[in-house]
Amino acid sequence: MAKKSNGMRSLVISIALVALAFIGYLSVINNGLTRDIAELRDEVAALTAQMNEQGETPLAEAQGSLNESTDQQSTRDVVLARGTLIAGVNAALPGFGTLDTATGEFTGFDVDYARAIAAALGLEIEFIPLTAGERFTALQTRQIDVLVRNTTWTLTRDSQDVAADFGPTTFYDGQGFIVRVADGIGSLLDMDGATVCVTSGTTTEGNLADVFRQNGLELNTQVFSETEASFGAYEAGACDCYTSDKSQLASLRGSASNPADHVILPDTISKEPLGPLTRHGDNEWSDIVRWVVYATFFAEEHGITQANVRTFASEDPEVRRFLGLEAGLGAKLGLAEDWAIEVIAAVGNYGEIYDRHLGPNGLGIPRPGSLNALWIDGGLIYAPAWR
Amino acid sequence: MTEQQGSSQSIPFWRDVRILRIVAQVLFLAAIGFSIWWLVSNLRTNLAISGLNLEFRFLGETAGFPISEGIAYEPTRSNGYAFWVGIVNTLRIAGIGVVLATLIGTVVGISRLSSNWLVRRLAGLYVETIRNIPLLVQLFFWYFAVILTGLPLVAASLRLPGSIYLSRRGLYMPWPVATDSFPLWSWFLVGGLALGIAAYVIRRLQLRRADRPGLPILWGLGALITFACIGWLVVPGNPLHLDIPVLERFNFVGGLSLSASFLALLIALSTYTGAFIAEIVRAGIQAVSKGQTEAANALGLRKMRVLRLVILPQAMRVIIPPLGSQYLNLIKNSSLAILIGYYDLMNVGTTIFNQTGRAVEMILLIMASYLTMSLLTSGLTNLYNRRMKLVER
Repeated sequence: MAKKSNGMRSLVISIALVALAFIGYLSVINNGLTRDIAELRDEVAALTAQMNEQGETPLAEAQGSLNESTDQQSTRDVVLARGTLIAGVNAALPGFGTLDTATGEFTGFDVDYARAIAAALGLEIEFIPLTAGERFTALQTRQIDVLVRNTTWTLTRDSQDVAADFGPTTFYDGQGFIVRVADGIGSLLDMDGATVCVTSGTTTEGNLADVFRQNGLELNTQVFSETEASFGAYEAGACDCYTSDKSQLASLRGSASNPADHVILPDTISKEPLGPLTRHGDNEWSDIVRWVVYATFFAEEHGITQANVRTFASEDPEVRRFLGLEAGLGAKLGLAEDWAIEVIAAVGNYGEIYDRHLGPNGLGIPRPGSLNALWIDGGLIYAPAWR
Repeated sequence: MTEQQGSSQSIPFWRDVRILRIVAQVLFLAAIGFSIWWLVSNLRTNLAISGLNLEFRFLGETAGFPISEGIAYEPTRSNGYAFWVGIVNTLRIAGIGVVLATLIGTVVGISRLSSNWLVRRLAGLYVETIRNIPLLVQLFFWYFAVILTGLPLVAASLRLPGSIYLSRRGLYMPWPVATDSFPLWSWFLVGGLALGIAAYVIRRLQLRRADRPGLPILWGLGALITFACIGWLVVPGNPLHLDIPVLERFNFVGGLSLSASFLALLIALSTYTGAFIAEIVRAGIQAVSKGQTEAANALGLRKMRVLRLVILPQAMRVIIPPLGSQYLNLIKNSSLAILIGYYDLMNVGTTIFNQTGRAVEMILLIMASYLTMSLLTSGLTNLYNRRMKLVER
């Protein structure tokens, strides 16, 4: 009796081992399947590019069906189907993105740009507040459709590492330092051996290390995950200095317990061009986001404001194209013809958005003479040709 | 009789319990294997669709961000080395935290059983308060309310005897630093260690042969220290030099610096885990039957001797397993360092994945690090447990 049960048991066990081995094999060959998907996609993209050159098939159609077949719809289609735009914003940066906990309303420079995109599509908007650490993951995993959260345009973020595409820069910022007046620090070069508080998840740490190394200065840092904790530690004296983008320093100084005790040093140690982000491989959607931003630049250039956009009359053909009165440019982006009117009616032109949040009534960052002025005034705010 | 003979041959296989048991196990294994395969392939497919493939090349790239605490590090080192600095920092706080928590826990646990009413009540108050407030709140309390508000600014540091300075930035104390003659002296240290181990082993064998108990640690230490001192006198100059912290324009330079974040995290972790360990110790002591205490008293042993020689060795068997899990809790709770600016592995790991965009790979690395540390700790605990457990006939 014992021998028989042993034989049966070993047979069953060997079947189990074979089954497990088969499962292991399946998981290995699946690797090959996902590789094939990527290869196929590349091949199809190359072929459609070829066909498009020969003028045989509209690229958009091929792209659309390709996206559908690989289960990756254009964000524009997803958003229109959903009926709401989901935008990632900052909830804790006065001027750029804040959440009024009493009313539940989001306000800010970046928040207005998210509203502009929603207005162009004619949709409702939903805001998701994100920390610096989680913003890219939220975009990559499609939790949000667009990220408008004072994000600096860098090569790493534009590349396959983060797989994001940047829209036009809406705010040209730079990294600076805020110190206590009482410490008597005049410039960066006085800070040999100082302790600097930073918030993690941004380009700030890297820039700080670079500039201190370049000038041969000793650096100590304290890194926190929350801006409130970081600035709080600086105010309490745990650090000699706090570093961040100058716009953030302006807003933090304004909300400090005694603003007159702090001074922002004149040194600007980096370029921080801030703008909206979309995912890689989503050209149609990126175009929409890009041209919504350009619409606000164009409107200010031609004197179109929130108040007069619906009744604006002009003989200038470019302005007429902008207002959708001729040439049908909206259809090329997949939007309604009056999309630009809706954008300006919702949030105003660039100057109005800037003045509302960053002007004298807001953070008080002076605009004339800075990089954020219109190109005709010597700045970098420039919209391409509207045709 | 005939029925018994026939029964072993006539059970059909679908009713044979032995076979059914094996089939059930196989099906269960297959189900687990299938779900693991499905999860992994799902992750792979989604990563491929998003264009993010798992690859660890970024670990070799330059880090570019500063880490101001821990072993020697420059922003020009690689991401992998930066992560290693974070791991060493976590080990530092976990190691010291474990020792402190055990000490606090043992003292408070025994105090809770004291015959002195006040001591008992104070210990009870400590345990009940600390256990019931979330660790995060306690951590913020120690860092923001006590250290950042209660201690003076760097310029007005509290000076303790022996050139120890305490301020909002941290604790600065003199620390020996190796000089040129240190390498030569280190040979004496190695030799002293060998001599110490030899002395320990020899003395222990002697005691064993005489059937006497004892761990001759003093013999080993004595040999080591004597040889090291001889080495110090022999070597030219002083192999170690006491580095005293000196206040420069912004910070103290020199000596050993324990940052405010490190101190706050250490105090919060050890008091919190100590409260739990106190309860475990109390449970262990109460698990030893009262007859043992009575017998020990009858022998005329004093209170402390009773505790040390009779109660605690028996209580250890009950204490060790839950104690191990409290150690694991401490190691994992150290990840809260990111909120108060201590450069532990979680903090450095999240900085790396923010800078490089490689979230999935870094999370896997962080999980692997904590898993390794935890498995080692529980392995050691189990080893100790196996040696201490009751061996019955």
